[in-house]
Amino acid sequence: MHYESQVRNPLILGEKSYSDITNDIAKPVESKAPRAWWIAFSIAFVMFLWGVGNILYTIGTGIGVWGLNKTVDWAWDITNFVWWVGIGHAGTLISAVLLLFRQKWRMAINRSAEAMTIFSVIQAGLFPLIHMGRIWMAYWVMPIPNQFGSLWVNFNSPLLWDVFAISTYLTVSTVFWYVGLIPDFAMIRDRAINPVQKHIYKLLSFGWGGKAKHWQRFEEVSLVLAGLATPLVLSVHTIVSFDFATSVIPGWHTTIFPPYFVAGAIFSGFAMVQTLLLIVRKIFKLEDYINIEHIEMMNIVIMVTGSIVGVAYITELFIAWYSGVEYEQYAFLNRATGPYWWAYWSMMTCNVFSPQFMWFKKLRTNLVFTFVISIVVNIGMWFERFVIIVTSIHRDYLPSSWSMFSPTFVDIGIYIGTIGFFFVLFLLYARTFPVIAQAELKTILKSSGESYKKHHSEHGAH
Amino acid sequence: MGHTKHNPIVRALFNDDDIVLSAVKDLRSNGYEVSEVYSPFPIHGLDEAMGLKRTRLSLAAFFYGLTGLFFAAWLTYFTMISDWPQNIGGKPNATWFLNMPAFIPVVFELTVFFAAHLMCWSYFAVNGLYPGAKAQNPDPRTTDDHFLMEVQLEGDEEALNAKLQELGALEISKIEA
Repeated sequence: MHYESQVRNPLILGEKSYSDITNDIAKPVESKAPRAWWIAFSIAFVMFLWGVGNILYTIGTGIGVWGLNKTVDWAWDITNFVWWVGIGHAGTLISAVLLLFRQKWRMAINRSAEAMTIFSVIQAGLFPLIHMGRIWMAYWVMPIPNQFGSLWVNFNSPLLWDVFAISTYLTVSTVFWYVGLIPDFAMIRDRAINPVQKHIYKLLSFGWGGKAKHWQRFEEVSLVLAGLATPLVLSVHTIVSFDFATSVIPGWHTTIFPPYFVAGAIFSGFAMVQTLLLIVRKIFKLEDYINIEHIEMMNIVIMVTGSIVGVAYITELFIAWYSGVEYEQYAFLNRATGPYWWAYWSMMTCNVFSPQFMWFKKLRTNLVFTFVISIVVNIGMWFERFVIIVTSIHRDYLPSSWSMFSPTFVDIGIYIGTIGFFFVLFLLYARTFPVIAQAELKTILKSSGESYKKHHSEHGAH
Repeated sequence: MGHTKHNPIVRALFNDDDIVLSAVKDLRSNGYEVSEVYSPFPIHGLDEAMGLKRTRLSLAAFFYGLTGLFFAAWLTYFTMISDWPQNIGGKPNATWFLNMPAFIPVVFELTVFFAAHLMCWSYFAVNGLYPGAKAQNPDPRTTDDHFLMEVQLEGDEEALNAKLQELGALEISKIEA
């Protein structure tokens, strides 16, 4: 019954028992933080504080402190928003879509990928909130009568759809993550020696005891949540792309946007998962669980989605030409050859050209190369959003109002601050949460564990 | 299982999921009632072997989703069509049906929101899970690599103990009801 084809590579390396999995995954939580963790945390925390200062300055003074002008009235804020939301797509993709496709390699990475999702959607959510200017009026986006009179929010507006999409995505991802975390918190609770630690994990584990009926419900709830989260994750970036696609700005008004944005989101999200997990597996010595097989699989996803994004870029150019609309044609000509040509070609190089290296097995199984590409991809995806947003509006219909955008220190500070905030959250998570879904992983030990597979091949399946 | 509450329980500890699963099948075919198994991970086929019914949480999720769908339809109808209709972007809000395409994103999101959250609350409620609840597993080793089975004791205790031993139990203990 625990048989898997020998063609598939083992997912858990070495001679492992159930107890070894428990020990290896509880270890980072139970031991003292390594020095590298403290260094990384300090840097991230300083970046975070710098961001808080810049956000407070923005709120106190107004968004005039940003580099926006009358022509370019949307720039880094929305670029960063879309960038973070995009990164936030890989977690749900890994845990939900790969669950539906019964991809067992997801089990070693889904916990951290979901954590990354939640933390990056939090960063994304900050930008529209700050951009409101008067953040204390943020409740106006809720469907309550304006000024508590009778004027309501506008349900025709894609910006309002975003409110519903992002908040549904954030909260549903969080409960999905938490339902899976409960049995693992219980594992840490049951072996904790320190009474404070035991009490904290008792609170977090909700009293989980692993009863047969509860596991049955657990599996059903996971499956249904995956079924709900799959269309949800696709809808979220679709709706984010509607922010642009439903406008009438040349370069934004494009029906290809939803699938193009979703592919880009998966692309950047997997790159970020790759960046984070390559570090996590090394520092916490989890190489047996997150091994070269997992990294290769993710590189293949990066290669495929990067190529889809490339096709989308070329389709956009073709359709602009084919439409015969001169404004549409100029928008794209300006992107590739105008004053922002360097941003366009950085995007092209990072997103379309660099993932093509992954066709070579030698390169996609090389850790250092993978790490470099994963960062290059995220730089490229930031440029993609910058190119779409700024180059489409910096030269509008009236040449006398054409202008360029240059960020102020506040624009840069808030962006750095969100990177810091993200890493503060992720580093705290990595020290206190079980970073691998150990309960789920134990279910595949006998079918995908290296020693068990070897045993099967020597003694035949039984 | 309410009628057997007053029976004493025999607890048997195992260290392998396959052994537990075949032990459950064996005991049930010999007329014993296995009332609980605590395990560190879901064991495929255990619910069937124990004779557990299918959970209805997915059915509940469907109805929760329907609730969200109708709520969203009502919300968009009430706010955009009935309470304060406006002409936005040259598109008069005449009927809900004609404006419906613009409401689909919100209707979809609220459907998912209701289905997912209410299902999770139901899951916590029926499992008795809440922050700070007492650990439900009597033996802390069952979240690591051990499996604890509870069998209702009816009749000969010696025979059951011998049977459990034969099936591979590592430790056997009796709990008076």
